[in-house]
Amino acid sequence: MLDRPAHIDDETPDTFTGNRALDQEEPLLFEIGRTDATGVDVEEPPQFAARLGGMERKDQIGLPGLSEPEAMRHYVRLSRKNCSIDAGLYPLGSCTMKHNPRANEKLARLEGLADLHPLQPISSVQGALELMETLAHWLLTLTNMQAIALSPKAGAHGELCGMMAIKSAVAARGEGATRNVVLIPQSAHGTNPATAALLGFSVRVVPGADDGTVRAAAVKEALGPDVAALMLTNPNTCGLFEREIIEIADAVHEAGAYFYCDGANFNAIAGVARPGDFGVDAMHINLHKTFSTPHGGGGPGAGPVVLSERLAPFAPVPFLRRNGEALELVEHAEGTQSFGRMTAFHGQMGMFVRALAYLLAHGGDGVAQASKDAVLSANYVRASLRDVMSQPFGDRLCMHEVLFDDAWLKGTGVSTLDFAKAMIDEGYHPMTIYFPLVAHGAMLIEPTESESKASLDLFIATLRDLAKRAKEGDAKRFTQAPRFAPRRRVDETAAARKPVLRWSAESPSLRGA
Amino acid sequence: MRYLPLSDADRKAMLATIGVDRIEDLYADAPASALLKEPLDLPRHKSELEVERIFSQLSARNTPAGRVPFFIGAGAYRHHVPASVDHLIQRSEFLTSYTPYQPEISQGTLQTLFEFQTQVALLTGMDVANASMYDGSTATAEAVLMAHRLTKRRKALLSGGLHPHYAEVVQTISRLAEDETLAMAPDVSGAEDIIAKIDDTISCVVVQTPDFFGNLRDLTKIADACHRHGALLVAVFTEAVSLGLLTAPGAMGADIVVGEGQSIGNALNFGGPYVGLFATRHDYVRQMPGRLAGESVDADGRRSFVLTLSTREQHIRRDKATSNICTNSGLCALAFTIHLTLLGEAGLTRLAKLNHANAVALAEMLERVPNVDVLNRNFFNEFTLRVKGDAAALVERMAAKGVLAGVPVSRLLPKAGLDDLLLVASSETNTPEDRAAFVAALEGSL
Repeated sequence: MLDRPAHIDDETPDTFTGNRALDQEEPLLFEIGRTDATGVDVEEPPQFAARLGGMERKDQIGLPGLSEPEAMRHYVRLSRKNCSIDAGLYPLGSCTMKHNPRANEKLARLEGLADLHPLQPISSVQGALELMETLAHWLLTLTNMQAIALSPKAGAHGELCGMMAIKSAVAARGEGATRNVVLIPQSAHGTNPATAALLGFSVRVVPGADDGTVRAAAVKEALGPDVAALMLTNPNTCGLFEREIIEIADAVHEAGAYFYCDGANFNAIAGVARPGDFGVDAMHINLHKTFSTPHGGGGPGAGPVVLSERLAPFAPVPFLRRNGEALELVEHAEGTQSFGRMTAFHGQMGMFVRALAYLLAHGGDGVAQASKDAVLSANYVRASLRDVMSQPFGDRLCMHEVLFDDAWLKGTGVSTLDFAKAMIDEGYHPMTIYFPLVAHGAMLIEPTESESKASLDLFIATLRDLAKRAKEGDAKRFTQAPRFAPRRRVDETAAARKPVLRWSAESPSLRGA
Repeated sequence: MRYLPLSDADRKAMLATIGVDRIEDLYADAPASALLKEPLDLPRHKSELEVERIFSQLSARNTPAGRVPFFIGAGAYRHHVPASVDHLIQRSEFLTSYTPYQPEISQGTLQTLFEFQTQVALLTGMDVANASMYDGSTATAEAVLMAHRLTKRRKALLSGGLHPHYAEVVQTISRLAEDETLAMAPDVSGAEDIIAKIDDTISCVVVQTPDFFGNLRDLTKIADACHRHGALLVAVFTEAVSLGLLTAPGAMGADIVVGEGQSIGNALNFGGPYVGLFATRHDYVRQMPGRLAGESVDADGRRSFVLTLSTREQHIRRDKATSNICTNSGLCALAFTIHLTLLGEAGLTRLAKLNHANAVALAEMLERVPNVDVLNRNFFNEFTLRVKGDAAALVERMAAKGVLAGVPVSRLLPKAGLDDLLLVASSETNTPEDRAAFVAALEGSL
């Protein structure tokens, strides 16, 4: 380990600007922009008689502008205050931060794909429709399902789509009034109960077993004639494969309900096992997690949903249809059993390009290897840390992510949050913390298939060193962290108590720069 | 497999540490019957060059908007995006970062979201905005759900000038959430009497401005009627550039303003990804869906930004959450905010004026074409034509002449008996030559 440079100590003076060499403070746009400044030369409109019917704006908007050089600098400086997967290991369990190939970005910007309007004549977009059909073929093959809805715009939107199909199928059977309960395990993503509730279902929680999985017996206990569906994540949010999944699916079907699988963790099994073979009726696929479309600070995502034969007729519009050589889009639900439309147009085309480029580059062989490598990496981290950190459900094989808890930190004065913040000072983005809720002080690590062994070894060595320091009583290292990030610990309570959600001229900065 | 860094020797060493022989042994928890015995029938991996060839061929089978005189709008608009916008959003630190859950190392994303929220609030004339939604149509559906929570009423009144796809999205969610919608018939004139339909059972009125057919309308009286009956006014826009020239919905009394932000900073992308904008009044913040960036301080007292008010959200509230949404269109919002920063008020106003000028120039040319009527007296950059015969067939004939002319209304409203209507949009990207080509193709196709 490197010693701290001798010239940085408590005597190190502040700078006049507040900057520290390359670490530069950046004011808010509203503090440096001017309403008369612009970085774009828009041509002068010719003389013309406006036809705005008196609806023209009479007031100032108050929007500041920057010249192009100023804007470039503003956003470059801001970008440098962000952690990213291109800069280092980003082991966010359940979120999946893997390599984002730039080839995908190049292809997504091809004029013939990016510069297409969703309502152009169908004859002028046959290549785009074929791209969507090819992606659909890959996703259906990888999942062994019968139909697909490409339009959902994110994982949670996909959940909504799948559950809408289920609600429509239940209603078509004439059981809409009686089947109004959805079963959801304790460990589920928060989106699952939120989605069910949005559609008027009441949520019945299925308790997890001591080993972190859901038992068929517990599902059977909760099933009844009032149950419309089970929402289960597999592999689950504890990073474990649901061992009794086939028995669970059978029980759900026997009770006349549907099995919704949260596909957030499909990247552990793609090319290795197919959800259709488990008895899944609907599952969303987070293209950004499994097929490496970039997250861009939180989105956009894309959440295509694969459906079983029983749910296929209820899929949303628009969907693709072959008519001889040509592809058509079915854009209206009338005359079909489709539950309707989820979004204005066809879904996240830009994400389809990236996901398909990634799939073609990987090939069927590479997709399987990627899943296996992701699982290998997670188990390697588990096996390398099991003697210093604790696992809530004991030491057992995990899938693509490994779950630790805070039992091993007991008595050290260091919390999961403190430990995470200390990782920042070591140059790592922390793992997911305090999720899933079923583990106390959860730390969910997902290294993914993108990390080399050398990278994993350094990560493991860093965590071992931090663990040793925590146990040796060096609590201050943790509770004072981060020290070297663009900001020290941010006060989240103050932000929530008196929310400041925008800049305003009257109170330019409530808290000062 | 260039994306996978592990060598076979690495794999072997890692398996030894774990204490198993083969990677397949790591799947021991999966039922054996669920594991694939044979590789799937999918092609093997390809080089970057091979993949590029495939996409070049797919791309070549489409007609990109920039290659032809192009006049299509109806909820997605073609504008010029400065090169610096795309350069900046492709910086690794923005492109490959995640949701800013660790604020100390996410200040770049958080500060830009704070600036985005402020810009959207200013543009719409509202107090606060969220960090963006999937797109304009889903933002509209969320606005209706929010109005239901606020008013404790569950019936939304949808204007006949609302984009038909937006109306369908609202109706789909409402029906499946066991709420009601009352949708007015499509109204080409922009003069529908929506006020007469407002009563004490209505949670909100959803009105688009400019409306789907291009009409402009003062919303003040509708807002007053809503408020008299304890309902909210949801104002929707699909063309964000229009906000640079038109009276802000907030100034006309809207309670929730939602819309599509694609026009600023984002490509057409065949329908997505886009960026939904969502703004409202201070009092309603805790019922607003989606993420919010807020200002705070760090341990040294320095100004900092952080995601806040998350107690409304699904990861905390689960089935009691305001929405099931757990994402935003971060990168598209970034493109929006950078483009808007480059424009500034001066640039946006001018861009909006240029859009309007080009549309007026086109309308004036079309008003002289026999068998064609421009139905709108006023509009921003899009208007409706009544043509002789079937507009959908006309569009195909014009496409064959190399002009993408607009959207036949029947494509979105097949049962409304509006087969002779054509929506035409014009932006700063259209040249006088494009307009001349449009008129010539139209005259030759009627």
